[in-house]
Amino acid sequence: MARCMSLLARLRKRTRPLMSPAFACPTQISSGNRTTGRVPGKAADPTQWIGTAPMLVLAGCSDRQSALHAHGANARRIFDLIWSFGAVAAATWLLVMLLLAAALLRQCPADATRSPLETDPHQERRLACAVTSAVALTVLVLIMLTTASFFAGKSIASLSGTETLTVRITGHQWWWEVRYPKDEPSQAIVTANEIHVPVGEPVKVELDSPDVIHSFWVPNLAGKRDLIPGRPSELTLIADKPGIYRGQCAEFCGYQHAHMAITVVAESREAFDAWQSRQDAAAPAPDGDEGRRGQQAFLSTGCALCHTIRGTHASGTIGPDLTHLASRRALAADTLAMTPGALAAWIADPQSMKPGAKMPRIALSADDLNAVVTYLGSLE
Amino acid sequence: MRHRPVADVSHLPTYDFGAASPMWWGTLAFIALEATGFALAIGTYFYLAVLARRWPIGAPAPDLLPGTAILIILVASIVPNHLVELWARRQDLAKVRLGIVVMSIVGILPLIVRIWEFPALRISWDQNAYGSIVWFLLGLHTTHLLTDVGDTFVLAVLMFTQQGKAGRRFSDVSDNAFYWDFVVVSWVVLYLVIYWAPRM
Amino acid sequence: MSGIAGKSAEPQQEALKGVRDTGLEEARLRAFLAHTWRTPKGLYGWLVTVDHKLIGRRYIVTAFLFLILAGLSAVAMRFQLAQSEAGHIGPDLYNQLFTMHGTTMMFLFAVPVMEAFAIYLVPLMIGTRNVAFPRLNAFSYWVYLFGGLMIWVAFAFETGADAGWFSYVPLAGPEYGIGKRPDFWAQMVTYTEVSALAVAVEIIATVFKQRAPGMSLDRIPLYVWSVLVTAFVILFAMPAVMVSSTMLILDRLVGTKFFDPTAGGDALLWQHLFWFFGHPEVYIIFIPATGFVSAILPTFVRRPVFGYLGIVLSLVAIGFLSFGLWVHHMFATGLPQLGESFFTASSLMIAIPSGIQIFCWIATIWGGRPIFATPMLFVLGFIFTFVIGGLTGVMVASVPLDLQVHDTYFVVAHFHYVLVGGAVFPLLGAVYYWFPKISGRMLSERLGRWNFWLVFVGFNLTFFPMHILGLQGMPRRVYTYPPASGWGEMNLFISLSSLVVVAGFALFFLNILLSLRNGRIAGDNPWRASTLEWATTSPPPSYDFSRLPVVTHREPLWAEPDLLPVVEGLRVDAREVLAGTVADAVPQLRVPSADNSIWPLLSAIAVGGAFLGSIYTPWAVVWGAIPVSIGFICWFWPKGEPEDEE
Ligand code: HEA
Ligand code: HEA
Ligand code: HEC
Ligand code: CUA
Ligand SMILES: [Cu+2]
Repeated sequence: MARCMSLLARLRKRTRPLMSPAFACPTQISSGNRTTGRVPGKAADPTQWIGTAPMLVLAGCSDRQSALHAHGANARRIFDLIWSFGAVAAATWLLVMLLLAAALLRQCPADATRSPLETDPHQERRLACAVTSAVALTVLVLIMLTTASFFAGKSIASLSGTETLTVRITGHQWWWEVRYPKDEPSQAIVTANEIHVPVGEPVKVELDSPDVIHSFWVPNLAGKRDLIPGRPSELTLIADKPGIYRGQCAEFCGYQHAHMAITVVAESREAFDAWQSRQDAAAPAPDGDEGRRGQQAFLSTGCALCHTIRGTHASGTIGPDLTHLASRRALAADTLAMTPGALAAWIADPQSMKPGAKMPRIALSADDLNAVVTYLGSLE
Repeated sequence: MRHRPVADVSHLPTYDFGAASPMWWGTLAFIALEATGFALAIGTYFYLAVLARRWPIGAPAPDLLPGTAILIILVASIVPNHLVELWARRQDLAKVRLGIVVMSIVGILPLIVRIWEFPALRISWDQNAYGSIVWFLLGLHTTHLLTDVGDTFVLAVLMFTQQGKAGRRFSDVSDNAFYWDFVVVSWVVLYLVIYWAPRM
Repeated sequence: MSGIAGKSAEPQQEALKGVRDTGLEEARLRAFLAHTWRTPKGLYGWLVTVDHKLIGRRYIVTAFLFLILAGLSAVAMRFQLAQSEAGHIGPDLYNQLFTMHGTTMMFLFAVPVMEAFAIYLVPLMIGTRNVAFPRLNAFSYWVYLFGGLMIWVAFAFETGADAGWFSYVPLAGPEYGIGKRPDFWAQMVTYTEVSALAVAVEIIATVFKQRAPGMSLDRIPLYVWSVLVTAFVILFAMPAVMVSSTMLILDRLVGTKFFDPTAGGDALLWQHLFWFFGHPEVYIIFIPATGFVSAILPTFVRRPVFGYLGIVLSLVAIGFLSFGLWVHHMFATGLPQLGESFFTASSLMIAIPSGIQIFCWIATIWGGRPIFATPMLFVLGFIFTFVIGGLTGVMVASVPLDLQVHDTYFVVAHFHYVLVGGAVFPLLGAVYYWFPKISGRMLSERLGRWNFWLVFVGFNLTFFPMHILGLQGMPRRVYTYPPASGWGEMNLFISLSSLVVVAGFALFFLNILLSLRNGRIAGDNPWRASTLEWATTSPPPSYDFSRLPVVTHREPLWAEPDLLPVVEGLRVDAREVLAGTVADAVPQLRVPSADNSIWPLLSAIAVGGAFLGSIYTPWAVVWGAIPVSIGFICWFWPKGEPEDEE
């Protein structure tokens, strides 16, 4: 009982969500002990889970979520376009400001007696000439810009049709369901909020939403694309270099639109295949009493109504598939780092971590909570 | 500022017909905005029709009878409508009184028939998007009809009071006739959309 | 009837019925007109008046009150966004805040304030005594007021709209919309539509028919042109949102399936309908603002605007083109390539007429001698900022480029540059410019300068960094963001800078309050401007002009600096205005102008009640129709003398 109280007290202290991991470099994350609210008892060392995640295989450290750090063909074309449009815009603005300044500073002979209606016809003609040329120049610039835009669009469109892999993404309020379809539909890999892709290969991302409109956007890799109920769509992604790229839902979708992030992990083909075969496997049976108790609690307290863990009879589809939960980098669409403490905090009270999230608070005893955390933590 | 009179307007009349009167322009502006509303609703109809795999969705094409009856009544009403307009311009009070009563009755007839028209659509508004849009179109036109008939009624009553003798009333009657033409034309278009588009 | 003059004058006038102003001595004339056009004293007068100046003034004040509310919501949002993962405001409230901010700014501030100025200024500028349908004008104000009050009262009771100012379905639809929130939003839109459409109709009829004799099309002041074009844009754009908000209400209330993809409906249908209105909407705000610029500029450079015809044609072109760009708000929904290119091209095309205006203004300055009074400062600030906003508009019009910046702070920066820089700056300039006319007193120039520099500098410091934030990947409409994003410092900077803007606005309101009591007396024409509103007293009398002016030149008061040509022969014992031909403004009719009436208010209450009730039951529309019809019948029922009515 006392343990229970102290646990809750510690959880309550931590009211704000934790640092989101996908923003930072992998190396930083692996030393990430800055999480509070560690669950006492036998819960595993947080670094242990993360250490086993395949991210250390990755070479580079990834940039922040930004359209200015393009790491894919699609984003790179747009990046060039941003620069050229930006430069033209800046030049145009400067030119207009220079004209304005010149007009203001021009010394005009002051003549108080002159009626405002007396204008110099000679000057009027010169002004008409100047305005006409400025308009002609504007038309020219606009034609240039339209052409540039058209060709960038075409070159991006030409990426589609060359894909070697398909990922099916379903947007939910407020998390992403990720599915790697297989010939046999029941064999598909299902995970959440984290996509793995092989570096350098075009990936077809099929998008759909069963509830409201979301928008799939990983700025370092590509422009965004809306997920509209009843209108499936698709997008082509290429990552040029290994890394972890954060993306975020870009269409306002309700309470937790702010916490609907997605992570793209780009890795070598071998690492990707290895990841795929790990994900293919069903969840291992828990070893140890704590784990078994956790599984028991999980299956009997309603979690199974909403979550699937392949290899158990938990087959709910309302929430994310948890079969390989611990292999993911973050919880609840990058709301919390994947640590035992965060996991416990999430399960104990998802509504204070992510107000409005579609996972209810389920009362678990402290022991059950710990056990569930241990069990889920073992699902790599 | 000091003034310098340069013109005398005292001889000008205080009312006139058609484009001379500001009211006519007001009426035209209202017609323009309502026509835009109809056009967008019709646009919606075809937008949904193009999206649907089969159109109409889950229902047979609407029954032609009541809609066609209304069409006939409305098209026929153009005759008395223009007579009233003519009499109004001639400022013939007795004939205008008769005509406006006739127009009030003519206005009620389609509203009565419409009671059978809604079921003749053979779909409910909440069944699917097709049902929603045809009810919407019909509803729009009904509101439109109701307001204009209401207007005609009030004007008819006015014509029999002392107010009816004022010259401006004739101008009002003429504007009312102008608007009625729009009610008729809009039904011709809506009729084609609602009844014949699904039969294409 | 003619209590002041006793018996009417000469016999031949007797035959023409009523007392005329012909030959009437000025003091007596004014006494007559003041009696005929008066608004009763006290509260009752306030409720029944149809004077376009009183209605325009209350419209302006109301719109600025909504600006304060919406501005304070923005300040609250900035407070929450100042740090990453701040806990001041949770998602529920934040979502309501940005929705209320955007909705109020667009529907309850920017559009109405532009209409308000038009209602006040147009009759004065074209030399008539009231708008064409004065009671409709009164009605439009009440409907607007009720709509605004309704949504803010709902917000106070935690039923504030929370699906964004364009309320996309399905988020705002029957399944995902929370409680009655989207219903209040949709009905508020209906109210503001009704009032905007009413104003548009009356502006069109007024400008077409009631211009002073001699004010042919090529002599219409540019501001009036801009308002006329805007009225047409309203006329053809607002019905779209009327149709769509009605469909939304029906989907939510009686289960229609317009937007339900499982029953043949479509979520994108909403976006098409909304933006078919929504894009013209931004020009409804922007076009009158360019009119302010064209009105202010010539006065402070002491010469007519360069390129009158070019500017008129640009205004018309912008009005037309604005209907061909709505899809540029929907690039991320995915379009066929060809469609993309079409909407990119049409969006870029609108840069041409905008450019023409900018170049003509610069040419005007070039050919004149600028005087740096506060209104002029705002005009210069406008050019500086609006061109930035226009150019970022050109950037987002490129489909691929937009796919990166759509729904990020880059777009937030774009539209604040065009809305605040492009519309609010000219508006503030307009307040400084016409305040003397409206109140009879000058605003303080010293405070005015402080006001300008604080708002101008604060604005740019607040919104320029948002471009960078957007490119760095910060989406809009997020109530918080993670610390590792690296957006924290810039957001803090933005939030602090926004306080400078607020300080600038505070000075603005302070200046108004102080000057109302202590401002220098203005006189009829303190700026020595050229348009007709300056030919009458400040503030203008209830009848605007004691004798209706005749126009002989595009800049009437510069052409006739001493003696204003006027017409004679109008009645002074009944409200009467002149109506003329559309193209050449040759007088055709002396039309009666409506008297004060309580029925516009009562009708507005009836209409408002029906709309409000329909949020809860569709029957409200049916039952509400009864009081609404009674209201309208009484409104239009002529009374007294046959010619006394509208
Ligand atoms: C007053 C309001 C106003 C004005 C005037 C404009 C003007 C323009 N806007 Fe803007 N816009 C908004 C208000 C406005 N906008 C709002 C509110 C939104 C967001 C709604 C929301 O999502 O909430 C928006 C969003 C918006 C989008 C959608 C972005 C997105 O959601 O991803 C786009 C895309 O094309 C766009 C384009 C343009 C263009 C091309 C112009 C052009 O008219 C600009 C033309 C002007 C110039 C170009 C400057 C002057 C010209 C010269 C000096 C000549 C020289 C120029 C060249 C050589 C190029 N706007
Ligand atoms: C004309 C339109 C207009 C104007 C003037 C403004 C003005 C401001 N806006 Fe506005 N904004 C919009 C239209 C406008 N906005 C729209 C349409 C949206 C999109 C909404 C949506 O996504 O749905 C938006 C969204 C928006 C966002 C994005 C929110 C998000 O996506 O999460 C932000 C964030 O910073 C913001 C900030 C501001 C600020 C700081 C100001 C400042 O300029 C405000 C200045 C402050 C004041 C004007 C208040 C002055 C008050 C006083 C001085 C108090 C005095 C007190 C008394 C006299 C009693 N706005
Ligand atoms: C009513 C449905 C529901 C129930 C019951 C439920 N969950 Fe969830 N769960 C969800 C949803 C929905 C999410 C996604 C929330 C989000 O990110 O917004 C989620 C997310 C999670 C996550 C994070 C998954 C990830 O990939 O980030 C974990 C872990 C989790 N739930 C565990 C549990 C446990 C343990 C229980 C039982 C005690 C439980 N859930 C009960 C619906 C449910
Ligand atoms: Cu999903 Cu925003
Ligand atoms: Cu637009």
